[in-house]
Amino acid sequence: MLEVSGITQIFGGVTALDSVSFSITRGDITGVIGPNGAGKTTLFNIISGIYRQTAGTVTLEGKDVTGLSPDRLARLSMVRTFQNIELFGSMTLLENVMVGMHTKSSSGLLACALKMPWSIAEERRIRAGAMKWLEFTGITDLADHTAGSLPFGKGRLLEIARALAVEPRIILMDEPAAGLNSQETLALAELIKRIRDLGITVVLVEHDMELVMDICDRIVVLNLGRKLAEGTPREIQESPEVIAAYLGDDD
Amino acid sequence: MTRDLLLFACFSLLIMLAPQLFTGGYLMNVLVFVGINTMLAIALNLLLGYAGQISLGHAGFFGLGAYLSGILTTTFSLNPWGAMPIAALVVGCLAYLIGFPILKLKGHYLAMATLGLGVIIYIVFNETVNLTGGPSGLSGIPNLRLGGIVFDSDVKNYYLIWVVTLMVMLFSINLANSRIGRALRAVHDSDVAAQVLGVNSRLLKVQIFALSAIISSLAGSFYAHTMTFISPASFGFNFSIELLTMVVIGGLGSIYGSFLGAALLTLLPEILRGANDYDIIIYGALLVLMVMFMPGGLVRGIPALYRKIVTRRGEAGHA
Repeated sequence: MLEVSGITQIFGGVTALDSVSFSITRGDITGVIGPNGAGKTTLFNIISGIYRQTAGTVTLEGKDVTGLSPDRLARLSMVRTFQNIELFGSMTLLENVMVGMHTKSSSGLLACALKMPWSIAEERRIRAGAMKWLEFTGITDLADHTAGSLPFGKGRLLEIARALAVEPRIILMDEPAAGLNSQETLALAELIKRIRDLGITVVLVEHDMELVMDICDRIVVLNLGRKLAEGTPREIQESPEVIAAYLGDDD
Repeated sequence: MTRDLLLFACFSLLIMLAPQLFTGGYLMNVLVFVGINTMLAIALNLLLGYAGQISLGHAGFFGLGAYLSGILTTTFSLNPWGAMPIAALVVGCLAYLIGFPILKLKGHYLAMATLGLGVIIYIVFNETVNLTGGPSGLSGIPNLRLGGIVFDSDVKNYYLIWVVTLMVMLFSINLANSRIGRALRAVHDSDVAAQVLGVNSRLLKVQIFALSAIISSLAGSFYAHTMTFISPASFGFNFSIELLTMVVIGGLGSIYGSFLGAALLTLLPEILRGANDYDIIIYGALLVLMVMFMPGGLVRGIPALYRKIVTRRGEAGHA
């Protein structure tokens, strides 16, 4: 589904990522974990086209997508969410999700301004589609609220609903549980599993180990910009390198 | 959606009936300017209020439309209705080409770049004397004709300008409420999130910049044909700032707000004319007070003020 090979990122003189390679299987929930500063978010920013890496390639469904812009990647069915949710604060929840339908609609500037019949029909389809995703994430009752006034937990759900509206085949989530209370985290775990059940491949960077061990099919561990280990949750839990990285070496 | 249409219908009716309520040629003349300034404020608002991209050079696009129309109809004896779309097309293409490098800039840098663009255009108007007549202006621009009607009086021009302005308003309202309008606001609120969702924000910004320039150019053409005389002084940096003030005072991201801002800033100097030399002080003070107490602009400030008065009356009634 997604293959990352030899990703290296150098900021000034600092090597943030050093030749990281791994591949992600279609339909899996894959967790990317590691101590602070391991390079997880940098890796996400590279895969999602926000940063341009120093070296290495990203392959999506057999296609080389290295260096493609985020909007091109969205059209290739890859979408992401952000650690510090990036909502469209002045717009309603419904409108936020409607923006997610951008690639699934095509009326141009003139057609929209002149209200051509096909753009009116499309607008109706966009609205219905957006409502479906608000329902899926359970925030339909807030549809007409302004996103800027939303509590953090609901904002997270909105961001996921908006990403799902792109109808991605793969979704990257950057610390989806950050800032959530334990109840919200439990609900999030269920939501992520439901997303996988839609046939969407999920990749997440996460610090909440309980969540990662509970829902992930596979885990990639990064430490100091290198891949430290890769495997099932059980293998990772028993890996001596991982334990050493998290708890510190004896010497 | 029907509510939007109803509001627009009422607004249009009011505009069309206005000449019956107010008589007097001079006021009609001022109201023609309100129309032209409304178009310009809407053009800038699409860029600034919706897409969040500033321009301090819009008087330049306005001037280009006016001068291209003026020159094509005088020196080249073209029909005004033919000159207008040519002017709009040229200005649109120019804005599109300039837009790609310039809109990579953000915030203050974009402000400086567009300011520079406006100043360059202004200098061109002044210096290409053979073409534009230089500082002394270009005269003898023909009035528009439609069938047997020549638009040569203030009342006729009022109807002409306002029919066009209403069309620009409806066009912009539709655009604002569409997937393009939402994408613009998305880019404004979070550019990176909009991109991740598949919005090609760079192209979209350039497109709206070009559209904004085209509307400004059309306003310029109509200005030239109603005034029949134009000079560079009308298209300088001061006017770009005045347009910006109209958009902010009226309300960012509101089409009707642009009308309110344009109406206020066009009518206020006329109203204050009686105050002789103090007019500029009162004008400035009013603007400062409005920005302080109505940061959302007139379009949001007036309803808020109304609600405040109503609730206060309600409280007084209970006491």
